[in-house]
Amino acid sequence: MIPELGHFAAILGLASALGVAITAFWGAFNAQDSWANMAIRLAKLQFVVLAIAFLLLVASFLQDDFSVLYVANNSNTELPWYYKISAVWGAHEGSFLLWTLVTASWTLAVALRSKHLPLELHSYVLGSMGFLNTAFLTFMLASSNPFVRLVPNVPLQGADLNPVLQDPGLIIHPPMLYIGYIGFAVAFSFGIAALCTGKLDSAWARWTRPWVNAAWVFLTVGIALGSWWAYYELGWGGWWFWDPVENASFMPWLAGTALIHSLAATEKRGAFKNWTILLALLTFSLCLIGAFLVRSGVLTSVHAFAVDPQRGLFLLGILVVVTGGALYLYSVRASTIRSRIQYWGISRELLLLMNNALLVLAVVTIMLGTLYPLGYEWFTGGDTMSVGGPYFNRMFIPLMIVLSFFLALAPIARWKTTPKELIMRGLILLAGSAIVSLILPWIFWSSFNFGVSCALALALWIAITHVNSLWKQRHSLTMGNLGMATAHLGFAMAIVGVAVTSAFSLERDARLTPGQSLDVNGKTYELAEVTRSQGQNYIADQATFNVDGRLEMHPERRNYPIRQTITTEAAIKPGFFKDTYISLGEPIANGSWGVRIQEKPLVRWIWLGAFIMGAAAVVACLDKRYRRLSRRDLLAHATSQ
Amino acid sequence: MNDLRRRRMLVLLFLFCGGSLTATLAIFALQSNINHYYPPDEVVAGSVPIEHTIRAGGMVVIDSVVHDDTGLGVEFELSDRKGSTFSVSYKGLLPSLFREGQGAIVVGKLQSDGVFEANQVMAKHDENYVPPELKELHEIDDS
Repeated sequence: MIPELGHFAAILGLASALGVAITAFWGAFNAQDSWANMAIRLAKLQFVVLAIAFLLLVASFLQDDFSVLYVANNSNTELPWYYKISAVWGAHEGSFLLWTLVTASWTLAVALRSKHLPLELHSYVLGSMGFLNTAFLTFMLASSNPFVRLVPNVPLQGADLNPVLQDPGLIIHPPMLYIGYIGFAVAFSFGIAALCTGKLDSAWARWTRPWVNAAWVFLTVGIALGSWWAYYELGWGGWWFWDPVENASFMPWLAGTALIHSLAATEKRGAFKNWTILLALLTFSLCLIGAFLVRSGVLTSVHAFAVDPQRGLFLLGILVVVTGGALYLYSVRASTIRSRIQYWGISRELLLLMNNALLVLAVVTIMLGTLYPLGYEWFTGGDTMSVGGPYFNRMFIPLMIVLSFFLALAPIARWKTTPKELIMRGLILLAGSAIVSLILPWIFWSSFNFGVSCALALALWIAITHVNSLWKQRHSLTMGNLGMATAHLGFAMAIVGVAVTSAFSLERDARLTPGQSLDVNGKTYELAEVTRSQGQNYIADQATFNVDGRLEMHPERRNYPIRQTITTEAAIKPGFFKDTYISLGEPIANGSWGVRIQEKPLVRWIWLGAFIMGAAAVVACLDKRYRRLSRRDLLAHATSQ
Repeated sequence: MNDLRRRRMLVLLFLFCGGSLTATLAIFALQSNINHYYPPDEVVAGSVPIEHTIRAGGMVVIDSVVHDDTGLGVEFELSDRKGSTFSVSYKGLLPSLFREGQGAIVVGKLQSDGVFEANQVMAKHDENYVPPELKELHEIDDS
């Protein structure tokens, strides 16, 4: 009974999503309050019924109802209860139900903020959100229904959740990503609304910015969690692989970052108006491309869901309709929106332009590397190839170096034009940072690396210019400026982490028999013993390492018999400056084991930097000017062209 | 030309040069970092570039995995189950799901003596996930 009710609730969700789209657009066309209010009520209904559908699927999982195909494929009676819940979004169908629930939640959030926006704009945004969820729910019900029953042959036991997904990090990573992706649907809808109303002024930008920030926070945290999870759960110490699906989440993140910056120029200076809209449309399109790549099975990846060509075609259809439709609307309407940049000297306008140019170039190069194998396979009729990680590093790192250079100038530059002395002073600080950065690696890691010095110099420079400007503003600091500076400091922290851990990590693979030891970087790692133990749904070989005879570390190798899967559970000694990381490989012969011992300096700075960036974007959202709808804004918006 | 126009030209020129430079670099970087995939019969037939980084794959032949006596060196054979088999030598840790009778993909260079020197070995992630290159082989297995 429960799955049928869930199915029914999902159908009601589709009906209400369609209702939101129709009533909101109708209300916007005819400027009628009653229709707009109807749309708001339907948005609330949509959220409630989809939340019910989702909870009913959770209930099916908790009850081990293996008559539901999706439950049977992704759960098991021996799974701990919290993994039964996270298994709901552990595979395609259930995660798509979560996706539609997230869309409904953002729609609800927009609906509840109706008092803060002009009626026409608000209705267009709501209508666009309703349209998107109509498409998503149609897709789900037609081709990926998680409530399908498996009758009459109900299995007694489920196939279990993929063991690498049985991890606390994976409970929150996918929801975070989805909230981020769909958050950009709100930005997309604001773009559509601006094109429909033809009004794009600084008030519009001011209304849009908190939504973009919010979406960006979730995407940033989601990606960082994913990277962290890969680091400790996959068991070999990697934190970024340029895997196609990682790229699929990284491209919207880069575009979203560009959008945040171009919105700043649009709000403060009325610059880049058309470009800002285009970015808002493209960022969400990149999210959809990501969803298509992950869910259609065209890519080979750790993350890719099971292959089904019909689904791929359907998703491609949604992608083409949404992106194509939006771009068509843009091409027809964008010319009615005018903006001019009048200041081409070294100014904030120019820096924001550089930021956008570099981030877009980064998106394009990553997309090239991600889609090239697909194109190749298609053209040659089946020959396959892959693009190696070095391609992405060679393209991405130089772009980020140039980006960091312009970023450090951000607090120095003024709008319109910047006095030459300020820039000269900035460049002198860069020279100072560079000299310090040539020495620092010798002190801490007693070796030299050009990339590390480069990253350190830029990071140090960013830190100096930003802290200096924070200090100068200490009596008049707005939340917006505080957020900006903090985010940039987080970025500096992350690039130092990336550079140092990439250049100075130590990695030793060895074959050890209990009693033997290995020296790495002046420390002795002794393999004391390997014992076998029984976990809740796995059997583990657990090794005991004595590090310098003081510290015990216990890497494991787990065998999950239900899926016949083996996972490597690394033993990690975390540290602010250095992680020690031991993984247990396969048993080789005569009781000897393959082991990998790693020292990873500053690896935590990568995620810490990302979390600081996320927190900074929250701070920026709290700026006073986003809080209230001012009469002046409304009036200006009503008369603007 | 007035100052504004001159500056605008400069900025646009800078962007244009930056864009073209990136595009050129991307093409070169792509060329040197694409790894073509070759099935066992092509590796055996010798139609594969020697000493050039490629990917190859096949099913790990049962009882072919031999570890050396003291270190991490290991040798095994990959086959397409249709008569073509080649040897792989690798030094390092094998992935958790590497098993005899299962598919594996190796990245590395084919030596002139016909031995594939791998610097990376990949196995399938779980029973549902099979690298597309090996799908046909797994289907032979199942039928």
